[in-house]
Amino acid sequence: MTSPQLEIQLIAAIVAIACAIPGVFLVLRKMALISDAISHSILPGIVAGFFITQDLNSPLLILLAAITGVITVILVESIQKTGLVKEDTAIGLVFPALFSIGVILIAKNANDVHLDIDAVLLGELAFAPFDRLIISGMDVGPKSLWLMGSILLITVSLLFLFFKELKVSTFDAGLSSALGISPVIMHYGLMSVSSVTVVGAFDAVGAILVVALMIAPAATAYLLTSDLKRMIALSIGFGIFAAIGGYWVAHLLDASISGSMTTVLGLLFLGVYLFAPQKGLLAVLYRQKQQRTEVSLITFLLHLNNHSEENERHLNHLNEHINWQKVRSKTVVDLALKNNMITIEGQIVSLTAKGNDFTQRALEYILTNKDERIETMKDDFFLFRG
Amino acid sequence: MSLTEYFELLFTDYTLRTITLGTAVLGAICGMLGSFAVLRKQSLLGDAISHAALPGIALAFLITGAKDTNILLLGALVSGLIGTFWIKGMVSKTHLKSDTALGLVLSLFFGFGMLLLTFIQKQPNANQAGLDKYLFGQAATLVEDDVRLMLIVTGISLCILLLFWKEFKILLFDADYTKTLGFNTKFIDVLITFFIVLAIVLGLQTVGVVLMSAMLLAPAAAARQWTNRLSMMILLAAIFGILSGVLGTAISASQNNLSTGPVIVLVATVFVVFSFIFSPGRGLFFREIRFRNNRKDLQLKKTLQFMYGIAKTHDNISHPHAIRILNNFQGFTKKSLQQMEDKEWITINGQQWALTSKGFNEAMNLYNKTHD
Repeated sequence: MTSPQLEIQLIAAIVAIACAIPGVFLVLRKMALISDAISHSILPGIVAGFFITQDLNSPLLILLAAITGVITVILVESIQKTGLVKEDTAIGLVFPALFSIGVILIAKNANDVHLDIDAVLLGELAFAPFDRLIISGMDVGPKSLWLMGSILLITVSLLFLFFKELKVSTFDAGLSSALGISPVIMHYGLMSVSSVTVVGAFDAVGAILVVALMIAPAATAYLLTSDLKRMIALSIGFGIFAAIGGYWVAHLLDASISGSMTTVLGLLFLGVYLFAPQKGLLAVLYRQKQQRTEVSLITFLLHLNNHSEENERHLNHLNEHINWQKVRSKTVVDLALKNNMITIEGQIVSLTAKGNDFTQRALEYILTNKDERIETMKDDFFLFRG
Repeated sequence: MSLTEYFELLFTDYTLRTITLGTAVLGAICGMLGSFAVLRKQSLLGDAISHAALPGIALAFLITGAKDTNILLLGALVSGLIGTFWIKGMVSKTHLKSDTALGLVLSLFFGFGMLLLTFIQKQPNANQAGLDKYLFGQAATLVEDDVRLMLIVTGISLCILLLFWKEFKILLFDADYTKTLGFNTKFIDVLITFFIVLAIVLGLQTVGVVLMSAMLLAPAAAARQWTNRLSMMILLAAIFGILSGVLGTAISASQNNLSTGPVIVLVATVFVVFSFIFSPGRGLFFREIRFRNNRKDLQLKKTLQFMYGIAKTHDNISHPHAIRILNNFQGFTKKSLQQMEDKEWITINGQQWALTSKGFNEAMNLYNKTHD
């Protein structure tokens, strides 16, 4: 591994961590798409900043662009407040307009500006190590490493300082106001941090892939845990993994680094989406199927409970009497047999003592809707686990 | 080239005519189908789908090696549809919210598309130039065939719209009721989503991935302000879309270095801003005027109520009183008294006022009326 390679991976990992932290809160606050809006609408800010500073890594440019990001949020919110359109429409109206202004500004001044919108949208990490920060003749490393490093430092220290406040305002804005923690300040603080991060990162990974780095690790982690601290830690882990893994995929395919980082993130998310133990697609589908069977089981048992006459309890009769379309009656009968709730003697089904007891409890629960009735059944049945 | 020159050239110049017609048709179909997207609260679906179409374009190119627009658009359509249904699946099967699902599909698909695009660029058979026109859109690359395709798709979606008008409308406003009526809501839902995705994919070549969402939203959001009728809204949205397309093309053609896509979006945004402010029913300007009028009216009625309280104690309701005794009640001015006299609620004689019988009745029934 050469030194530029190492530096690229370091920058990528730092960008990923810096994005993952605000990303967690954006996902939890259902504001994930704000990052998309910000990442597009900072373009006019970047262009204006570039005209003034002529340097893509200058702090002034970052500041101007980040202000544009916060303005976007304010614009979206004020449009939403008029009640003329819904929030998502407001987002969808604001950022393309600002982005268009940015594109036109670049196009009108294309001749004397070294800034093209491919670079802004897509970024190029491979060139990052060649733009070096030189302090009094000393080469101290790539500029973007320093830039993202400082942004990460600020983000992390803000996270540690205001963790409690962020947590309460994210999950319960009302309680947070009552405790004297203004949700509005937390909201705009988070928006500012997100803006600064997006602006700092667009140079490395581009405006659209910043969105991936913010949302995807957080969403992946959210499928695996319900604990905020663990979610942040997992997101950071996924971010770093995607950064390093993405670099080597890009190396292998000779393709864009940011593209491969996102692809790695995408595969990671897809894997977790399918196979996450509690909240993954397969687990959910299995649970839903079980619940469907168990509802049928209860219907079946209640039916048996209601009828003492033999012809109503004949196996062949059940199919027509209880109108089961989705779940085959065999599955249900097997499940009941396995749990020793019924006995079958010559095609006639009867409840056992256990089955009778279960049916009574289920009936009581249905009538009273009190949770303690089913406390003991939770271990055996998905249905009662909520 | 000035704007007037442009409109003269419009009828003689082939390229200009094609582009203008193309953007106009695109505006129409986007406005039409965008109305549904806006009303179904799927505004940002357009954004997600246009980004999600990118890997489809790249894969179609990788597989066929051809740059035929129709094949590339077919690829875009397939990957756009996969994106849409994944979003729906994520929202219904996991606890991820729709904003997260949209953002995920948007960025992950786009990132994968970028990977493929850069991979293609490094390939030896490098006739891939032009694939990136789908990123930002180049209306200038529109040819007659593209416009014909757009016209056909617009025609088909118009037919479908008319054929399933009742179903679309009822699903839009009350999905649960639709289900109880026995309609196949899943089918209607898929149908309308399919056409929205189709419109998005058609627009990619003209306005590009990033700005497509505005193309879909802006005409519909503007039209929404002027009417509460679905049919009217769709018609207006289509007109706004056409106007943005034509005006945007005209402005960008009349200047150097102005790409068409962003200008169209800005023109559409101007329509939106104008509608937000000046639409008579919902617009902010008239809303403010109504608000002020109501406040003034309330002031007058409060004064009248106070006068009524005084006049009621006298046998003769028109018994004159000194204006001075109103001083306890702060909410009157010379002007407001004058207005009350204009309404013939009171008569003013020097420093005296007297309630008329009309004013007395008005005040008496102030709280009885259910509506005015």
